[in-house]
Amino acid sequence: MAKTLFDKVWDLHAVRELPSGQTQLFIGLHLIHEVTSPQAFQMIREKKLGVAFPQRTFATVDHIVPTENQARPFADDLAEEMMVALENNCREFGVTFFDFASKQQGVVHVVGPEQGLTQPGLTVACGDSHTSTHGAFGAIAFGVGTTQIRDILATQTMALSRPKVRRILVKGTLQKGVYAKDVILAVIRRLGVKGGIGYAYEFAGDTIERMSMEERLTVCNMAIEGGARVGYINPDKTTVDYLRGRPYAPTGEAFEKATAWWLSMASDKDAVFADEFVLDANTLEPQVAWGINPGQAVDVTENLPKPESVPAEERVGLEEAYAFTSFQPGAPVKNVAINVAFIGSCTNGRLSDLREAAKVVKGRRVARGVKALVVPGSQIVQRAAEAEGLDELFRAAGFEWRNAGCSMCLAMNPDKLKDREVCASSSNRNFIGRQGCPTGRTLLMSPAMVAAAAIQGHVTDVRELFTSI
Amino acid sequence: MESKISFVEGRAVAVAGDDVDTDRIMPARYLRCVTFADIGQYTFQDERFDAQGKPKAHPFNDPAFQGASILVVNKNFGCGSSREHAPQGILRWGIQAIIGESFAEIFAGNCTSIGLPVVTASEADVRGLQTAVLSKSAGVVRLDLEGKKVTYGGTSFAVDMRESSRSMFLDGTWDSSATLLSALPAVKKRALDLPYMAWGGR
Repeated sequence: MAKTLFDKVWDLHAVRELPSGQTQLFIGLHLIHEVTSPQAFQMIREKKLGVAFPQRTFATVDHIVPTENQARPFADDLAEEMMVALENNCREFGVTFFDFASKQQGVVHVVGPEQGLTQPGLTVACGDSHTSTHGAFGAIAFGVGTTQIRDILATQTMALSRPKVRRILVKGTLQKGVYAKDVILAVIRRLGVKGGIGYAYEFAGDTIERMSMEERLTVCNMAIEGGARVGYINPDKTTVDYLRGRPYAPTGEAFEKATAWWLSMASDKDAVFADEFVLDANTLEPQVAWGINPGQAVDVTENLPKPESVPAEERVGLEEAYAFTSFQPGAPVKNVAINVAFIGSCTNGRLSDLREAAKVVKGRRVARGVKALVVPGSQIVQRAAEAEGLDELFRAAGFEWRNAGCSMCLAMNPDKLKDREVCASSSNRNFIGRQGCPTGRTLLMSPAMVAAAAIQGHVTDVRELFTSI
Repeated sequence: MESKISFVEGRAVAVAGDDVDTDRIMPARYLRCVTFADIGQYTFQDERFDAQGKPKAHPFNDPAFQGASILVVNKNFGCGSSREHAPQGILRWGIQAIIGESFAEIFAGNCTSIGLPVVTASEADVRGLQTAVLSKSAGVVRLDLEGKKVTYGGTSFAVDMRESSRSMFLDGTWDSSATLLSALPAVKKRALDLPYMAWGGR
């Protein structure tokens, strides 16, 4: 019988069906970081359990790291305590730790792919909802909680209920200035932030097939923002080419064997999906998620919606969004002034993201009064960008060039909004209080759009800057 | 250990609104900790207190709802971050069950794994209960997992939940640790069948 990639990976990793009806699923790759793992290690210590497969767990530090002064001990005692806990846990249980000294530290969802740890056909778990990112390789990747991290450490398995699979077909050619970020924001906007509950999303279609690995990572990263815990893309030549030569990818003959197996895991041509959604890429415009969830988005050319013009079920959410943002219903989104511009995160903190933003920034200046920062997704991204001179290009334009971490995506480190600041952000969530200040406001957009907003001081259609070059 | 949960009974507290995300339930700055022990007090912190620490009108601040053990919410509750700090905070604040219109998936899974049942009901039933709770006329609310129903005052309505979660609460196996560990030999055997285990790299 024809199977989806999801079915193939799930069935291969199913250890057994549990009495509850859930599946005990083997996890091929477990990634951990400092925020959600210390309690899990404490639990296995208390229960006198070991780590069953320490060679299948890898750690890095990202959420709490300061992006300016990284000297130890950190200025924040609590951050230092978490860092020490992770160092001790990795040492005690024999887990590889990509720390600062390794020069490979970074946001966990950037590190896994760039190390070649994330591979097609794997099950991946990490105590972070954006673990869906890794699905870009044709892996089935789950964000999990701390108790599940405990289970994975102790058994390399977790108990899960099988979701349905929805195919999201993206067809057509993206216009210049429209990016992978706009594709996923548009999908969330159309299907809603709850639309994916109970589903894994398979992203397919010619638009997706033409995307680079980094673009695919952006798409899968935000599946969770549409309610889908898992998002994935079938592996192909792009996937294989990306993996070749990565530190943890197989080498020589093993790589050829692996390639054949990876490609065999793709969904069969006649695989059946629970349902299907089609997005036309040809007509897609740059998106701006302006409200209090990533589904509340408009085209950059549009006006903010009037509550009376939307279906009744969206109205209350829209009124809540206006009550929080104080934006003007019916006003062009391009009128919204910004105070902060943030380029980075597991969604858009990779080299190609920084390059696209740099194209917009080159030869221009950040608008007066705007604080703009670039936070590379990893030390490797940072070095690669610096080798191309991107750091100098951004600095010359008035951006701050920082060290790698999650930074202002969730602001667990010192990078936070203040008061009523509005931030144009390449991250993934515009939730109330998300960027470290309960009254701060977040506009989600592509890195190029963030760069454009930084230059102009307000939301800007990046395409206008292309034509004026 | 009282691991079997067949019902939860007590007063209820209602938090209204769709898409209440885990950043709102537990702001990220309270994730700077290596234990969940003290986290209950920060539940809904920024919704309950302004920047100066002055209490705002919020059900979790209302004296009438102190000691409540059932939380009543709307659609897609717990969306966003996978932080278990959010359900841990709710649990440690004193909540023993959540009744809602729908829940985000990772959040619901986290709740189950820490022994906090989440059940869904129709919009009309949930809103009816929320109205009764807000007007302080709901009295004692009983969530019966065996009969899959909620009873309060003279009212009763059906609830739904994942059958797997329900059976784990009823037979006291919601803490998956022992169940998963019991299959460790089978796990090791399955690992041998996975082609990539031998590929190594580095």
